[in-house]
Amino acid sequence: MHAASRAAIPARHLRTDRWWLAPACTAAGLLAFVVYSTWRAFANADYYHAPYVSPFYSPCLAENCHTMRGGPNWEIFGSWWGLSPALLILIFPLGFRLTCYYYRKAYYRGFWASPPACAVAEPHKKYTGETRFPLILQNIHRYFFYFAVLVALVLTYDTALAFRDEHYAWGHMGLGTLVFLANIVLIWAYTLSCHSCRHIVGGRLRHFSKHPVRYRLWGWVGKLNERHMLLAWCSLFSVGFADLYVYLLATGAFADPRFF
Amino acid sequence: MSSQMANGQRTDGPAAGGDTADARRTAVQQADGPGSAGTSGAYLAHFRVWRGDADGGGLEDFRVEVHEGEVVLDIIHRLQATQASDLAVRWNCKAGKCGSCSAEINGRPRLLCMTRMSVFGRTETITVTPMRAFPVIRDLVTDVSFNYTKAREIPSFVPPAELGPGEYRMQQEDVNRSQEFRKCIECFLCQNTCHVVRDHEENKPVFAGPRFLMRIAELDMHPLDAAPDNGLDRRRTAQDDHGLGYCNITKCCTEVCPENIKITDNALIPLKERAVDRKYDPLVWLGNKIRRRGE
Repeated sequence: MHAASRAAIPARHLRTDRWWLAPACTAAGLLAFVVYSTWRAFANADYYHAPYVSPFYSPCLAENCHTMRGGPNWEIFGSWWGLSPALLILIFPLGFRLTCYYYRKAYYRGFWASPPACAVAEPHKKYTGETRFPLILQNIHRYFFYFAVLVALVLTYDTALAFRDEHYAWGHMGLGTLVFLANIVLIWAYTLSCHSCRHIVGGRLRHFSKHPVRYRLWGWVGKLNERHMLLAWCSLFSVGFADLYVYLLATGAFADPRFF
Repeated sequence: MSSQMANGQRTDGPAAGGDTADARRTAVQQADGPGSAGTSGAYLAHFRVWRGDADGGGLEDFRVEVHEGEVVLDIIHRLQATQASDLAVRWNCKAGKCGSCSAEINGRPRLLCMTRMSVFGRTETITVTPMRAFPVIRDLVTDVSFNYTKAREIPSFVPPAELGPGEYRMQQEDVNRSQEFRKCIECFLCQNTCHVVRDHEENKPVFAGPRFLMRIAELDMHPLDAAPDNGLDRRRTAQDDHGLGYCNITKCCTEVCPENIKITDNALIPLKERAVDRKYDPLVWLGNKIRRRGE
């Protein structure tokens, strides 16, 4: 940090506020989710309880999936896949969140201390940012966005299936249906508030006046985008909670209260 | 950025008028005492101000009078007037519009004139240092010429060939984005806080910094900029020549901007997305090829 001509201030920073609190909370929150989701992704059990399927296992792309009547059983990978089917699908939402502009800020600050907080010196001797491999791959965020839209469509389908009862009869609703509804709303809000989405719908234009519909869409996405951080955390929590709900039902720890 | 350097014009510094200053300090202490609300609202604050130049320096302690409604720059001026007549500080408008009085207060990059004393506790020690990313000239004054060098490296607006002066017509919705960036007062707090150059002096030659990447974004979004017609691809040069890839979007530039410009969300990330269009998205590349062939 010290160049010969700069003011000779030996301290790494002179901040007196609790600058470490935000990155510490971020790191703790992300770490908790990583630990939980890793356990659940590798567990390969207790992810289905009719009519609910855990969002970690949907769509299920291998033959070793639990049979979900009318559910997202698409055996693209056939029988050779012996590991947990969650690993096949989680790569897409994981990639989407890993390359997300908000999460990048969060983990660069929280885990990599680059920088830990504004005007607090980072501990690294060299810095090349996102100019080289592997971090130059952050530029593929847009492709993960396309896949994230497809995954969100499947989860929307799962939410529609949650309006059945345990005997697959339509027109019913339980507490789990509400959990799934809240989750899918947050998933869509987070996905659509993405900076790549904002760019694709209109940000890339130079003349908004020639594209009034896209300009309007860009404005809406921009309003959502202002809350991207909030939506990132809420949707992360909701997807974890939806999975936990299904796990509790599947293990018999809890019975789904039915409304009708 | 127009500015002036004030080294203190009054002669009542410690040598000439120390008794007067001491007497005034004592009077304030008797009236309110440090940390007390008091009837007059005045109190004595503990300031630590960095004094020195490129050859060395350090933090010096001061007890200084503070009145209700004052900002940090007022206190620095009082220090000049009463205790340190040779204290160097750059300032001009005292209204947060000239961008001259950038410094660091309790380690946070801020404008001295826009930081109210009321945000600090009365017993809190307030540390004022110069911007740490730039060479120091003296005391709180830094040499910000790095920024002028970077400004000159950005290719300027390219006028459209078919329009003469006075014939430019633009729709408001087409210039809204650029107008946000035009609020910049060039205080260079964003440049100072950006860890790419703050923590890594060696990156200065290859990184334009948030203020000037925002300038590229502004020009690339400009409805009449004819750079593409003249073979200048701002998206590509932002990545290749001005170090856009060094930005890891940790938003410190946005946090410190006194004009509340959303530098990261509205300029840097859109510019990164535009660079992705140009360099990393084969679908966009293919679409552009087909469209060009159809024309």
